[in-house]
Parts: sequence; C-alpha cells; structure tokens
Amino acid sequence: MSSGVGSTEPPMSWEAVIGLEIHVQLKTRTKMFCRCPNEFGAEPNTNVCPVCLAFPGALPVANRRAVEECIKLGLALDCDIAERAVFHRKNYYYPDLPKAYQISQYDEPLCARGTLVVPTADGDVTVGITRAHLEEDAAKNVHVAASGRIHGATATLVDFNRGGTPLVEIVTEPDLHDAETAKRFLQLLRQTVVELDLSDAELEKGSMRFDVNVSVRPAGSDELRTRTELKNMNSFNFAAKGIEREIARQIRVYEEGGTVEQETLHFDPAHEESPPMRSKEEAQDYRYFPDPDLVPVHPPTEVVERLRTEIGELPGARIRRIAETLSFYDADVLVTGGLDRLWSDVVAAGAEPKEAANVLANQFVATGTGPEAVNPAQLAKLVNARAMIPRAAFDEALARIGEAGFEAAPYLEQKVVADAGELDPVIDRIIAANPGQAEQFRGGKQGLLGFFVGQVMKETGGKADPRVVNERVREKLNA
Amino acid sequence: MIDTLTLTAEEAWRLVDAREVSGAELFAAYRAAIDERDDELHAFLHVADDPGGDGLPIAIKDVIGTQGVPTTAGSKILESYVPVFDATVAARCKSHGLRLLGKTNTDEFAMGSSTENSAFGPSRNPWDPTRVPGGSGGGSAAAVSGGLAPWALGSDTGGSIKQPSALCGNVGLRPTYGTVSRYGVVAFASSLDQVGPVAKTVRDCAFLYSIIAGRDENDSTTVDVPAVELPDAEDLKGLRIGVPKEMNEREGIEPGVTAAVLEAIELAESLGAEVGECSLPRSVEYGVACYYLVAPAEASSNLGRYDGVRYGLRSDGEDFRTMLMNTRHDGFGDEPKRRIMIGTYALSSGYYDAYYGTAQKVRTVIRREHAAVFESFDVIVSPTSPTVAFKIGEKADNPLAMYLNDLLTIPSCMAGLPGLNIPCGLSEGLPVGLQLIGPQFSENILFRTGHALERALGFDGVPARLRS
Repeated sequence: MSSGVGSTEPPMSWEAVIGLEIHVQLKTRTKMFCRCPNEFGAEPNTNVCPVCLAFPGALPVANRRAVEECIKLGLALDCDIAERAVFHRKNYYYPDLPKAYQISQYDEPLCARGTLVVPTADGDVTVGITRAHLEEDAAKNVHVAASGRIHGATATLVDFNRGGTPLVEIVTEPDLHDAETAKRFLQLLRQTVVELDLSDAELEKGSMRFDVNVSVRPAGSDELRTRTELKNMNSFNFAAKGIEREIARQIRVYEEGGTVEQETLHFDPAHEESPPMRSKEEAQDYRYFPDPDLVPVHPPTEVVERLRTEIGELPGARIRRIAETLSFYDADVLVTGGLDRLWSDVVAAGAEPKEAANVLANQFVATGTGPEAVNPAQLAKLVNARAMIPRAAFDEALARIGEAGFEAAPYLEQKVVADAGELDPVIDRIIAANPGQAEQFRGGKQGLLGFFVGQVMKETGGKADPRVVNERVREKLNA
Repeated sequence: MIDTLTLTAEEAWRLVDAREVSGAELFAAYRAAIDERDDELHAFLHVADDPGGDGLPIAIKDVIGTQGVPTTAGSKILESYVPVFDATVAARCKSHGLRLLGKTNTDEFAMGSSTENSAFGPSRNPWDPTRVPGGSGGGSAAAVSGGLAPWALGSDTGGSIKQPSALCGNVGLRPTYGTVSRYGVVAFASSLDQVGPVAKTVRDCAFLYSIIAGRDENDSTTVDVPAVELPDAEDLKGLRIGVPKEMNEREGIEPGVTAAVLEAIELAESLGAEVGECSLPRSVEYGVACYYLVAPAEASSNLGRYDGVRYGLRSDGEDFRTMLMNTRHDGFGDEPKRRIMIGTYALSSGYYDAYYGTAQKVRTVIRREHAAVFESFDVIVSPTSPTVAFKIGEKADNPLAMYLNDLLTIPSCMAGLPGLNIPCGLSEGLPVGLQLIGPQFSENILFRTGHALERALGFDGVPARLRS
C-alpha cells in the first residue's frame, strides 16, 4: 500500500530484500561497564572514569540493570533468552574507542530467534529477529577547525561522556520487502521500547539509530544479491524515502546490465542521491574473541519470568485490537504515537471514537502536550462539541488542555456563527474587495474558494462555521 | 641496627609492634639499602617518599597502578603516566598500613623472563650481578633477596613471580586465578594475569597474600577466598606429593637443579609425606605452545589502548592513524611488538579456529589433566626453572630459548592453579627453586608444605656475596 512516501514502486519483476540493524540506547542510571552517570547533554568529559577512559588496569563490570532490560526487550520480541551469554571484544582503532575494542556480543547473544509482528493495512507481516544483544556505545568525535591555523586545518576533540553507555542492538532477518513496512517496523519497535521504559528512543538525540541493508532480486527467486547499507537516517520518513530510492537505483543498475557494489551509503536528505560513505571492500577484521575480563552471563529463570510479567499488552497487539473499531491507519497512528491509551479513556468518557481519533492524531499531537497531562472527560466534551464551537475556541481549548484544572465548559459556551444573515454581509464585502480573484474563480480556478473562505474566517475572528461559509461563498461567487 | 638482608617481614612487624623500632626507622633502613645497592641491582624504577605511619614498607611491581606514583610497566609508552587511582591490591596494602618503598623493574608489560626487556634497562641478580634476576618480576625478586624491601608484590602470567623467586632465592606465590583482584594492574593477558606476593619466608608470603586476596567488586573474575591460615606445622604427615616425570626428568634441566629438587623431595618424605610418580604429558608438551597463542592474543587486544590519545607517549602524526602508528612504533619495544603481531595473527578471521580456538581447547585439556592428577595427590612438585640464573645477554637474542625457560611454570598457569616457589638449595652458588602446585584454592596446603620444607631445608636466603 502506497502511502505518500514516494512513487518509485518497483516493477513487478523485482523484489526488494530489506534487513534492519537498530541500536537503542538504554536509559539506565549508569553506564554499561562502569558507574558513571548515563545522561545526555552533560558538559563534555564530565561523566568519565578510569574504566570508560580505558586507563591502564581498569576493568569492566557488567551493569545488571542493562542486562535485565535487554532481556525484557528480548521477551517483548518473543526471543529465546540465552542460558549463557558471552561478551566479546570487537577490536579496531578509532579515537572514540578508548580501549581499541568495543565490548559487544558475538556468537552467544543474550536474546535470539524472535519475531515482531507488524500489523499493516493488508494484514500482519512477521519479521524475524535474528538477535538482540547488549554492547557499549563509542564516545563522540567532534571535528573542529583549529583556530589560528591555515584554512582547512582541523582537529578532532573527543567527548567520552557517551563512551560506554549501554546499547541494545537488534538485528532483523531480511524479511521486509518494501519501504513502507520497514518504516512501520521501526515505528512499532520504537513504541515498544518506549513503552517498556527502556529508552527515550529519540532519533534526533541518537538514542535510537538504525542501519538498513537493501538488495533486490527477481521476484519469486530466493537468492540474496549484494546488499548496500544505508546509514545516518534521522527520521522514519527519510528512511522510507532512502530505501525506496536505493531499491530503484539497484533495479536500474541491474536493468542496465551493471552490478551492485557492496558499500555503505550515507543518507543525506538534502541530496537526491545517497553518496557512498565508504566501500566495504577492505572489510575490517574485528578479531572477535570472548572478553576475558567478564564472566559469562547466566540469567536466572526466576529473573526472566519476573521480567516477563512486567510486560503489558504490546503496541502491535493494540493496533490490531483498535483496528477493529477504527481504520488500520488510525489505529496505527494512535498506537505508534503513544496516544491510544488516552483515546480509549476519551472514548470511555463518551467521545465519538472516530472523531476522538482525528482530534488526537491531528490537532492534539500538534500542541505538544503529553497525553498523561490530559483529563479524558474534559477532552471528551471538547471532542463532541468540535463542530458546534468556533475553530479558534477549539484550538485554544486544546492548547490549554494539559493545564491543571482545565475545564472545557467556558469554551463550550462559545457558539459558531452559522447564521447566513450574519455571514452574508461579510462575504459580500470580501468578494467586492477582490474582483480579480472572483473573476478567476468564475473562469475555472476552483482552488480560489479556499482564499475567500480563509478571508471570511479571518474577518469573523474564527467564529464562523466553516461549512456554512464554504457553502455561502460558493453560492455567491457563482451567482 | 636493622639488617635488611636477614630481617623477615614477620620479625619487622614484631619489632614495630613492640616499639623497638619505629616505622620511620624501618623505612629509612630500606631506603639506605636501596641507596647502597640499587645502583648495581637496578631493582627499582621509581623510589617513593615515605608516606609516614608505622606499617611495614613494601615494594610493588611497576605494572601495578599506584595513585600519584609513576607506573610505567617497564615501557616507554607509559614513561610519563601517573595513575589517578590505586590498583585494588595497592589500596589493600595501604589500608593495612603498608608503605610504598617504590616501583620495581619489570620486563616491558611483564613480557619476558629476565627483565632484559625493560625499556629502562635490566635488573641484576643479587647473588651475581652479571646474571639476570629472572622475569618479568625480576625487580621485586632482586629487591627482596638484595634486602631492599622486606616483601614485594609481583604479577604472574606464565611464571613471572615463581621464576624470578627461584632465580633469586625467594618465596613467591602465584595465587589461584580469581583470588586476587586485577583491577588497576596493567593488563598483559587477562585470563592469566594474577598478582601475588614475593617474600623471604612462606609465613611472610602467606600473610601478604591474606592482605591482597579476596573478592573485588571492580573485578568480576574474582571470587570469595577461603580464610588464609599462617602455617606452623613442621611435618608433612598425610600429605600426598606427586612428582610428574615430564617436569622432573627432561632434557634441559640442569643436573644441579635436579639434585637440589630430589633432595627436597626426599626431605619431604622424611617429614611424613607420601611421594608418588604422576604424569602430565599433554600439559607439558603443549603448554608453552598454547600459552604463546593465548597470552599474545589477549595482549594484542589489551595493548590497543596505548594510542597516544589520552595518556602516555604521543608521537607526532598528521592524522589519527599516523599519530597512532608513530606512537606505537616509538613507544613499544621489540617484545611487545612481537607479541602484538603473533596475537593479532592468532585472532584473525580464518586463523582464529586454528590458533586461538584450538589453544582454548588445549587449555581445557590441560585443566582436566591437572584435575585428574589432583584426585590422587595434594601437591605436585618440580623445579620452578630448568636452570639457575643465566648471564645477562645470554638469551636476549633468542626469544625461543627465553620462552622455553617458562616450560615448567606455564602449564599450571594455563590451568589457573596456584603455585609456590621456595628455595631448595644452591647449584654452582646460585639458588634453585622448588615449585609446589596445588588444585584451585589450595593456597593453605601450599603454605603448609612450603613452610615445613623451608624449616627442614634451612636455606640461607642472603646472597653469599652480601653476607657480612
């Protein structure tokens, strides 16, 4: 189902194969292997210690909380939880990697063999989860121009605050075949992580990041062709756009008789093409081996079972349930927007379900108010009165609905002006003042209707009923 | 007058306790000994100021981090490095009132068997300054036998406490892996590194071990340790001693070494021990090969952090990669470079299974072979080193000959087992070391065995040339 993320639908003869690799930064109180605070935005190099700066002799100690949170996510993704999980060292040199190895997991991850079922308008898509494992994040390199130096001279500063913060890496099977479902998968995963209270999962802050592997193959074949990796996409829409573009590019390459090179593409929304970032031809040898400083993790059964009981109804299941009442689209928007619980409460308080969904998904979201601040009964009153009160009153009410002690009553008392007798003089005046536009409208430019309606709404201070205004303006222009 | 050459830590402790000697006098006596003899011995890389107090002085190997006191690990790459934190073992010594005399010389990153790989020049054996004190902890061993410290801390990866103790005539314990924290100890091979005491007597050794041993929340590989018992029994009744033939009868063991060890074994029998032959064929045949895959592999990763970014040496370079390569080129000596290359190779994809993977399997075989032997024996014995102290320069150009010096100490290290060296006599005027190995956590049995033998042997630990 196309939903406006692009128009380059692959021809029937090609099938895209998409796999995702997602990093989610856990919001544990402390870092993965030391006791430094795990917080975003502190002064550079203040949340550091001998361990996360890799001073000689410093040793890692695994954060129990992070282990539990990874298991919890694994359970939410229906994974097998390992009876024995091992931390490995992934060795490479980079200024943001002080030990010259990242502690990660390799062939014995904490969680493996799961699934995430993504509801779509065309039914459920089951995406295999290869693994979900724990690792530490790298520090942050900041490239700066060195002052007082010749043009182009630069220096690299390293902020180690992020170094050693806990990450869960989730790797999917190549079970996705279109950009839209990939985007839905990412949104659903994000919502799952947020609801489990494991992470803020904010793309802008980098607390959720993902890479996409894309290849194409003739439809019906089960071969896996050379894939490219898309990195640095900081919104789900960009991701969908980038995937679509990459699918189209690969198809074009094959149809022109070329071959797709294995490479990493840095997605830059400002450019039409995804420029190659670095070729993977000289593949890094990370020399993985079990970290001898850490003992294997053996999650006790009672801990796993306790964590299992802490997981409520997951977003995917709620989308499916709500889609029985609303359209799939509305259900998806409400759940992945974290609004469905408020929606249920507002409906329970007497609001019309579809109308409540529209208000929440469109206007409410734009106010930036958190759902938890809202009194559902007051919102229900407002939703049900939407057509009867002036637009401006409704907008103002919605903007203030998060305020303590908010009452809908004063806004409900304001009535829209729907009386043609009151509106007609205003409409006549505006048509008279804009003879050129009126002429063009009559000449066929139907789109100018909105211009006149807008002027009338403005003139009446938003108190006019837009439906009546529409009707009257059209009649008068065509008269 | 304090004679630091003969004074044991236990006696020193008693003297201070009885207020016959003040802490300051004691410290000053060792400082005077250092001033007198360390120009020749070069046991110390750094001598510390007296921090005050009444506790005993102690020398600490320079791979062990000491807050505010330079810790170089014998390497140019850490020449300027002053830790901001104490290693757990250093902190435990401090909290028991022990006062740091200084940091002792070591082969660079504890890689070597003679201290000739120290970037700051070799230490010399107090029994014969033309000879090596062993290594890597040659500085600690030379300091104790030369009367420059009552006791010292060393670190042992494949024999770096036991072998220098043997060559210098000291008692040295390599504890069971996991009993002593590695936190703050410059890592060489993490699955093998273990800190341990070097002392004049088994009782001193046991006491220092009791100070440093125990679970540490900063080192997840540490465990709870059985209470340490200071040995006092003088017999060995009921003790079953195994003599692995591969470790006692083989080419390369000097006749004088064999003779001294045999005498000690006979003495043990006369003290009531049952002595029998046993066998560790695979451990001895494959131990060294296995060690020289596992240890360099881990070292190649552990030494990655010396990149010139945060501390230590930084050489110039126009970009990160060049700076990194120049720093490591200039900062590391030949032996770390050699081991980084071997280790990197052993971990490379395509070679991992053949080398590192296989070595880990062999390690399991070695562990099981030792466990089987300990079903019939409480302790096994062998020479610690096949030879007495060799001449400085004698093996310096032959890494393989140097590696084989650790043939007898390596297998039990690979198995994670404790080993105690006690001096058991002289050969050609140089000390011979007896190695006692027990099962995991059998330190108390080793102390008991070592103490009874020590009393019966009556070895004079003062180097003959320094006796007054």
